[in-house]
Amino acid sequence: MRESALRIGLVYPELLGTYGDRGNALVLAQRCRWRGVAAEIVEVPAGEPVPAGLDCYLLGGGEDAPQHLAAAGLRASRAALVRAHEAGAVIFAVCAGFQLLGHSYVAADGTVLDGIGLVDARTTAGATRLIGEVVVAPDAPLPLLTGFENHGGRTTLGPGVRPLGRVRAGGGNGDGPGTDGARADRLVATYLHGPVLPRNPALADHLLGEVLGPLPPLDSVWEERLRAERLAAGSRTGLARWWQQRRLARG
Amino acid sequence: MPTPPRTRSRPGTGRPDVTTTASSGRTRLAVRAGAAAGWLSRVTGRGAGATISGRVINRIAPDALTELGRGLRITLVSATNGKTTTTRLLTAAVRTGTEPVASNHTGANLTSGLAPVLAAARRPGLAVLEVDERVLPRVVDPLAAELLVLGNLSRDQLDRYGEVHAVAAAWRRVAEAHPDLHVVANASDPHVVHAAEPARTTWVRLGLRWRADAATCPVCAALLDWGARFACPACGFAEPDTPHHLDGDTLVLDGVRVPLRLGLPGRWNLDNAALAVAAAVTHHGVDPAVAAAAVAGVDTVAGRYMTVPLADGRRARVLLAKNPAGWSEVLEWARAEARPTVIAVNARVADGTDPSWLWDVPYELRRGLPTVASGDRCLDVAVRLRYAEVTHTVEPDPRRAALALPGDEPVLVCSYTQFAALYHRYGDPDA
Repeated sequence: MRESALRIGLVYPELLGTYGDRGNALVLAQRCRWRGVAAEIVEVPAGEPVPAGLDCYLLGGGEDAPQHLAAAGLRASRAALVRAHEAGAVIFAVCAGFQLLGHSYVAADGTVLDGIGLVDARTTAGATRLIGEVVVAPDAPLPLLTGFENHGGRTTLGPGVRPLGRVRAGGGNGDGPGTDGARADRLVATYLHGPVLPRNPALADHLLGEVLGPLPPLDSVWEERLRAERLAAGSRTGLARWWQQRRLARG
Repeated sequence: MPTPPRTRSRPGTGRPDVTTTASSGRTRLAVRAGAAAGWLSRVTGRGAGATISGRVINRIAPDALTELGRGLRITLVSATNGKTTTTRLLTAAVRTGTEPVASNHTGANLTSGLAPVLAAARRPGLAVLEVDERVLPRVVDPLAAELLVLGNLSRDQLDRYGEVHAVAAAWRRVAEAHPDLHVVANASDPHVVHAAEPARTTWVRLGLRWRADAATCPVCAALLDWGARFACPACGFAEPDTPHHLDGDTLVLDGVRVPLRLGLPGRWNLDNAALAVAAAVTHHGVDPAVAAAAVAGVDTVAGRYMTVPLADGRRARVLLAKNPAGWSEVLEWARAEARPTVIAVNARVADGTDPSWLWDVPYELRRGLPTVASGDRCLDVAVRLRYAEVTHTVEPDPRRAALALPGDEPVLVCSYTQFAALYHRYGDPDA
């Protein structure tokens, strides 16, 4: 067991925190503490450089205008982030955070926003937003993932990176091959909000395991019940999905 | 064929039907078709019906709202949170005068909801109307509104409404098109200030407690400085100076102190009351003390703050919370009052289908207080409370959940669809 507390960086939460992604940091911290490992959440406020000495870096989703500010901050902090990653830190990015880890984001009006190129991916704004429950089938050992997406991005992965998984329902990267996110050593990126880690405790433990090594199991009864319910909601298709939404709409 | 004017009420409800005095056959048809289109949009899950119902009404009878607004001096009230309450309070204050005042007091705030209220209004007279944030820009012109009352803008139902900046930008285009339009607005909300600046605006400084959705400057996207007031270090955009502000529970209007003693709970209702009184005084010429007395008499607003019976004879107090800004206010109040509380969350189309905002709400405030996770999404609430280390139980049915709580009057905080169901069953439609 490690001596020092696990330091979980929540990068620019004022800018990259529109969709509850702060919850991912809380889940990582609590799942450490409940196993007897000290953990602290280090908020990196917008306008400041990202420090190199953290164990995890979490980037969430955000609105368009704040995303420019976040991109500028990340570009200025690129060296620190790369150094930390090479030294063993985990990077977990969602939605806008995922887009900013890539090479570039081309907005609807043609403006090009440069990312930091840590992930071999390029994003363009699509004509429509992808909104709704998503189910993603990742490679073993991760189980099916559930999340909620709300984005206009269409992300194409280059040869240098593989996707997090195949999309069973929903849009994900939205570029054609039916994949979501990106995955590399100690790096996971995805379009899944929800937030995604409270719904998918196995993914949370996978990220923690990349830093801490093998972890003792943890009671996750409520998380698994939530995950099962959301997987069922996300897996409905066609008529069943229409009928479900009709029932829901009745109020 | 011309139809003779007539007024009709649905038996037992006292609510006017759409078939009334001021509207032509074409307008009535348009309103009905609009309501039907909105219903179709909701049941097929395509949307909440706001956009489509307005479009259909517009297509069939382009002059419907113009026709319905004729002979009325119209005030429109909008905000993310508090628009129904502010409308109710302003209506109470303005009704102290001699003119008849029509209002959509049940919170039907889409075009299809405004139309029947306008059709039934006595004229000449006043109308104080709550309007959905996205509908506001589309109805100011046709209704020839003479006053806008703008409260606050924060994140709400991102799956349907989109981002806060987009709503503020649409409001601002209205103000730019009408530099002489009188607006009474919250000076402490950067999005509202950006929206209302081009108009003839009476600012009221209310203070902004929920700042998480206003981190960046609406003008230039730089990070805002948040001291006692907000200011942008990059472009100079800042909280406007104003002689009107809220000082604790006293509204100061140009040096005149107006104590607000409300029948409604919570700090957030002081904000609503301050805006309502400021609008009644500065625009409608109501005496400040008379306006304050009128708002003090309001103790329930379209079912908000009503009580519902529990199976054991007790009653539960019902509050509505729909987004992180609203929830954080309600939690502060429930903490201060140490109230046993049901956290009931649905995520149906009318609530917004994405409850991820649960993780931005400080539910840690429930530690040590009896709490139940409830609603369609009780599992999301239960997991959120688990990570907040709040001891709780789980019961999907909100009234049964309240039954499990101790105390004389447990609090039931719920989402819109649960609230609507409780109001439908237990509410007094005239309250």
